Amino acid sequence: MTQSATHVLDHFDLFRQPEYKEMLENKKKNFENPVPAEEVERIREWTKTGEYRDKNFAREALTINPAKACQPLGAVFAAVGFESTLPFVHGSQGCVAYYRSHFSRHFKEPTSCVSSSMTEDAAVFGGLNNMVDGLANAYSLYKPKMIAVSTTCMAEVIGDDLNAFIKGAKEKGSVPVEFDVPFAHTPAFVGSHITGYDNVMKGICEHFWDGKAGTAPKLERAPNEKINFIGGFDGYTVGNLREIKRIFNFMGLDYTILGDNSDVWDTPTDGQFRMYDGGTTLQEAANALHAKATISMQEHCTEKTLAFIGGHGQEVLAFNHPMGVAATDKFLMEVARITGKSIPEELAKERGRVVDAIADSSAHIHGKKFAIYGDPDLCLGLAGFLLELGAEPTHVLATNGSKAWAQKVQTLLDGSPFGKNCHVYAGKDLWHMRSLLFTEPVDFLIGNTYGKFLERDTGTPLIRIGFPIFDRHHHHRYPVWGYQGAMNVLVWILDKIFDEIDKHTMVASKTDFSFDIIR
Amino acid sequence: MSLSTAAELEDAKARNKQLVTEVLQAYPEKYAKRRAKHLGTFEEGKPDCGVKSNIKSVPGVMTIRGCAYAGSKGVVWGPIKDMVHISHGPVGCGQYSWAARRNYYIGTTGIDTFVTMQFTSDFQEKDIVFGGDKKLAKIMDEIQILFPLNKGITVQSECPIGLIGDDIEAVSKNKSKEYNGKPIVPVRCEGFRGVSQSLGHHIANDAIRDWIFDKQADKTSAFVGTPYDVAIIGDYNIGGDAWSSRILLEEMGLRVIAQWSGDGSIAELEATPKAKLNVLHCYRSMNYISRHMEEKYGIPWVEYNFFGPTKIVESLRKIASHFDDRIKEAAERVIEKYQRLTQAVIDKYRPRLAGKKVMLFVGGLRPRHVIGAYEDLGMEVVGTGYEFGHNDDYQRTTHYIKDGTLIYDDVTGYEFEKFVEKVQPDLVGSGIKEKYVFQKMGVPFRQMHSWDYSGPYHGYDGFAIFARDMDMAINSPVWGLTKTPWKTTAKTEDGIAP
Repeated sequence: MTQSATHVLDHFDLFRQPEYKEMLENKKKNFENPVPAEEVERIREWTKTGEYRDKNFAREALTINPAKACQPLGAVFAAVGFESTLPFVHGSQGCVAYYRSHFSRHFKEPTSCVSSSMTEDAAVFGGLNNMVDGLANAYSLYKPKMIAVSTTCMAEVIGDDLNAFIKGAKEKGSVPVEFDVPFAHTPAFVGSHITGYDNVMKGICEHFWDGKAGTAPKLERAPNEKINFIGGFDGYTVGNLREIKRIFNFMGLDYTILGDNSDVWDTPTDGQFRMYDGGTTLQEAANALHAKATISMQEHCTEKTLAFIGGHGQEVLAFNHPMGVAATDKFLMEVARITGKSIPEELAKERGRVVDAIADSSAHIHGKKFAIYGDPDLCLGLAGFLLELGAEPTHVLATNGSKAWAQKVQTLLDGSPFGKNCHVYAGKDLWHMRSLLFTEPVDFLIGNTYGKFLERDTGTPLIRIGFPIFDRHHHHRYPVWGYQGAMNVLVWILDKIFDEIDKHTMVASKTDFSFDIIR
Repeated sequence: MSLSTAAELEDAKARNKQLVTEVLQAYPEKYAKRRAKHLGTFEEGKPDCGVKSNIKSVPGVMTIRGCAYAGSKGVVWGPIKDMVHISHGPVGCGQYSWAARRNYYIGTTGIDTFVTMQFTSDFQEKDIVFGGDKKLAKIMDEIQILFPLNKGITVQSECPIGLIGDDIEAVSKNKSKEYNGKPIVPVRCEGFRGVSQSLGHHIANDAIRDWIFDKQADKTSAFVGTPYDVAIIGDYNIGGDAWSSRILLEEMGLRVIAQWSGDGSIAELEATPKAKLNVLHCYRSMNYISRHMEEKYGIPWVEYNFFGPTKIVESLRKIASHFDDRIKEAAERVIEKYQRLTQAVIDKYRPRLAGKKVMLFVGGLRPRHVIGAYEDLGMEVVGTGYEFGHNDDYQRTTHYIKDGTLIYDDVTGYEFEKFVEKVQPDLVGSGIKEKYVFQKMGVPFRQMHSWDYSGPYHGYDGFAIFARDMDMAINSPVWGLTKTPWKTTAKTEDGIAP
């Protein structure tokens, strides 16, 4: 017995003690009918081969460790970005438990969201009653200013009609007739979480601009000088949106952030639980119609939304998660062009500081090979930044990336000498990535928390950038956009590079001649 | 609230009653009536806790519950390590539950074990329209090619499967035949079935009965039994719980032939009907298979509780009572052996925790099972409730709780927040969705599903960790910082106090 009250052993030490090791070895030997160790080793080696890679890439039906989630997750993400808005997911309740857990594990924050708790009877008769009762209860208990309705795959398969159901619920008095209940169908079997974000963002704009599902007159657009900004589904939304506001305030812009998640997922611990905090006001959401232009930071999160907004006469601009110097330059210059404002000297200085930092450190990044995966826009942004740093984004993979996305990445790679030996993989998963890392090794992997399994299997050091990040805390509070964001990402990459060099050189009398204190 | 005097007890009961009345006022009338049946105060001497349970959640209320898929894939089947579990349907369910429950296991992941992987059929619109059976068959072939050391496959159905009329049973049977009788288990755990995770547990239990036990009836087995063979049932090895339990059973001379299902293997499942006694930790999720083994194979089962020394001692003796003196004596030696550790833990932490009040809201067995561990540290549980318990859980709970304990079944976000606000416990123990709500309010919190990524909490080794964790939650200096010093109250929004 090695556990002690004075020095409590946690799981990571406890089960390495001899009594547990022996117990677990015996369990395996006597009861698990284990595959012989040599055979496990043989297969393990085989999975590293080109032959295995070919079989792995020949997969047609099975998805293993995908880097994407389903539409309703993105629906909830978009909805909570509006003032006092309660997301209401029509369908099975377990889904909502999953979304709430998923966001809370990433942001370390509460995520409020309700479900209409449909069960077998609703599967047979439809979920109208669930909608009627659900809206009434949600409205009474949680006093939202708006309830944004989306769907789970269950409601979609049985074909529930949100528009008709919400109308019916209002007729039955679940919520006042004039109460805002925008909606979007978000089938989990189409697209991914970024599609759900798009559908709900569009649904909310449509609700306010186009007559609230036939219950109010359509708004007449009266163009003004404001601009709208949409961040898209973004694990760094807290830090990023605050950074964007800082930049826009510097520039003296009049702007509306559509879907401002920065406060709702970063509330203080001061004795009060704020179920709602911050967010785009409903008035701003309505008035956003009049803006001269809408900027989306993530094209693939806002395809339908931008088409809708463009259709209302605004200029629309889509970026691909701009990261690094050149991408931020382009972003700022476009903002300046649209608004007619100049970019203040302070931002030019910030730019110069990032360039300074890159110049100081680029020798450590130059020529290094990276594998990256994540949402389509994040991949484009990261790949662009890596090329700018003289690194090679050798494998670029998005499970929810389309062929058009792949083409876009290819064009980016073709535009740089550092992109020459790099490849793009649309619709592939992290088990494909595993084969890539074995057969075409790289120096570093950039991805979300699930990348740690690849780090373990292939030994490729993981730099955590993406969503979700469950096993490191608070990075979502830092921006990855703007020059300040470029600085953060540069430092995260450098920290890992230096840590790896140190790890590699710290064996006394063997490798520590290179264990330098100055790098 | 202290329940030490009769007057205080009456006060507490009156306060609870008032509190329940208050929260119900926030509901529309129809649902106030419905929720009223789930909220109450325990009255000493009653056979249950006086609340209804295992009933559909109210739509629109932020229930904490999950679904049948979560109960089958997430709880019962997912931890079986040498099988591949397919999340069959759209990508989300498997994604959100991927490696999230910390069911520890030993094995080479992706080669001979697969627990922390997400296998999904990633349904697309065409699969919904034309059906997914062909895709499922192909997935099984691809699993055979890429994971040749897998010992079996389960199909964990997501909502659409049951709605579009797929015949996953036929696919599974055919493929099992094609692969020489390899266990391939279709599980009808679509998320819309039942009212919570609970039906998923039951369906998963039944699938083991029908597709593992019944299929191997005519297989010959090399298993050689002993009179001391037991199986651990209903321990998911979260943070290593089953390991810190197993070690005690082995130390008392028993041979643990299977773990269900944390760090479990198909060989262990298959061997379990040879056990002499099934020892059952999570009654809620695995009483079904225990009853089945009792009826069909004549294996008795005994519930035990390995949280905190008082219950551990009781449980070790209770388990030993099913065996001969050799085991009974060994159990006493185990109790004796850990006495010093237990006393040291209590001596260290009890003075820091005595008198602290706890409110719980958890799933499975924990709303009652952990109460003894808190009491060993001098703490008092003043409110508890089950996410997906049944009446038999509430009956069992009466053996643990004190007169006047506030009871809330399938609590809603609104109710829980109000209860905690009024009762003002020193600690709340619940899940990830609740954690940050209460911490924002300045109330110390521990996740009692995942042990807040700590653990194990089972067994003597686990008790030391449990005590340490509760101490650091309650006595963290951060709780002295939550009030902004220049504000009169934290709830004042508007700047500097006069």
